[in-house]
Amino acid sequence: MTILRVEDVVSGYGSMEVLHGLSIEVEEGQIVSMLGPNGAGKTTLLRTVFGVLRPWKGKIYFKEEDISGLPPEKIVRMGMAYIPQEYNIFPSLTVHENLEMGAFIREDDIGPRMEEIYELFPDLTDRRKSRAGQLSGGMRQMLAIGRALMLNPELLLLDEPSTGLAPFLVDAIFDRVEKLNDQGVTVFLVEQNAAKALQSSDRAYILEGGEKKAEGSAQEMLEDEEIGRLYLGR
Amino acid sequence: MPELIVYGIVLGSIIALGSVGLTLIWGITDLFNCAHGDQMTVGAYIALVVGSLFSRVGFLQGKVGPFSFNWGLLVAFIPAILISAGLAILIDRWVYKPLRRWGATSIVGFIASIGVAWALRGLIYILWGADYHFYFHGIRPMLFLPLGIKVRVDEIFIMVVAWAAVVAVYLFLARTKTGKALRAVADNPALARVAGIGTERMIVWAWAIAGALIAIAGMLYGIETQLRPEMGWIFLLPLFAAIILGGQGSITGALVGGLVMGIAQQVSTAWLLPSYKPAVAFILMVLVLLIRPQGIFGRR
Repeated sequence: MTILRVEDVVSGYGSMEVLHGLSIEVEEGQIVSMLGPNGAGKTTLLRTVFGVLRPWKGKIYFKEEDISGLPPEKIVRMGMAYIPQEYNIFPSLTVHENLEMGAFIREDDIGPRMEEIYELFPDLTDRRKSRAGQLSGGMRQMLAIGRALMLNPELLLLDEPSTGLAPFLVDAIFDRVEKLNDQGVTVFLVEQNAAKALQSSDRAYILEGGEKKAEGSAQEMLEDEEIGRLYLGR
Repeated sequence: MPELIVYGIVLGSIIALGSVGLTLIWGITDLFNCAHGDQMTVGAYIALVVGSLFSRVGFLQGKVGPFSFNWGLLVAFIPAILISAGLAILIDRWVYKPLRRWGATSIVGFIASIGVAWALRGLIYILWGADYHFYFHGIRPMLFLPLGIKVRVDEIFIMVVAWAAVVAVYLFLARTKTGKALRAVADNPALARVAGIGTERMIVWAWAIAGALIAIAGMLYGIETQLRPEMGWIFLLPLFAAIILGGQGSITGALVGGLVMGIAQQVSTAWLLPSYKPAVAFILMVLVLLIRPQGIFGRR
């Protein structure tokens, strides 16, 4: 099943058009990445999908339901979660409170889910009483992912999880993303670290200047010489 | 001098109580609410009206323990708190919410709040006139403490009620889901939306808390001094000074800032005329802005 379908979406900020009619599809159970240089419109796409920005034109379907123009507080209730690249934690709240806020819309007992998150990110367990603002960059990213997972989302939108992290932390983050995917979470991620993202992904899109430049299986992209030269720095 | 410090703590407790709501609104909506002081006056006057209604029908006229006021006034606190909280929510709905929807900057909100402040004060002048009013008449019992400190028995009540209210709000923010969500919105409104926390609902909560607390502060200030239409407007300066000292949105900062402002103002009367007290608050505020603009507990 196609869990997310973006059809001819035009979007941007103010009067500046960033996406010029973009169409993508994400199949359920896959990891799909959106690659491309800075300013290509990757973040704009995620923000439009999640309703932070309203699409100017075009349609967005989640689980075959039209969600174009819905606000984030509605979309989050449908089983999609979004992790922004920056400012993705509540700095003055503790680690534990951050996770609780991730589950804000849940009325049932969140204890078991909380334990699962701590199991997935054992480092957070020791810091559960610390203020999130005092965490290192890697731990913040783990917490941001943990916060989004509190709702057991079916689709996770992840914006540049590797930015500013040391290589071993990047590996750790992608390792967790793959683990989540094995548990059945569909992941749509945006990355500048193309080589790393492709190794974890099933499919990928390349975005440049607000337009789709290429799409295909991650394997094909890794083997394609031109893509390697242009986007993977080979 | 020890006596002045004690008076400072009494005044500081009221300032601290009043500034908690102000900093909460500042943290969550970015609004520097100039009408906060006049909302305080409104709260104090509502208690006066309900209290005098009780005395007219002879309801609960017995004095409360060793204090100067009667049970009727104490009971009148409850409707005053509720009405003040309701009024705060309505002001937000009619004035600040439309401004937020139009994407107005915080300076526009600031100026609108000056308008609200003048409107509220005008209403008080129309309804109650410019005269001073008192919650009670007659002598006020004193308490003699060591070090030659004399305090009014009422001032013990003021401190206990102020800090009980502060502790209650603190526990609400620290322990309850709604309280945590309020702090989350103050921390990072964009992420709060992404997590499904309805920002507008949280803003209503913030106004309710701010309205309730400032009413309590107004009534305590009324017990300490007297009621007059300008009481809250003049009280606004130390409130602003306290939250600037404490840092935007910081509850702890507001409490510390409130105590510092109260003590500094009272201790200054050892050398200066009491009418310079607001100037002391103002000078402290300017000093903080020059030396540490983000405040002691500020985030930025």
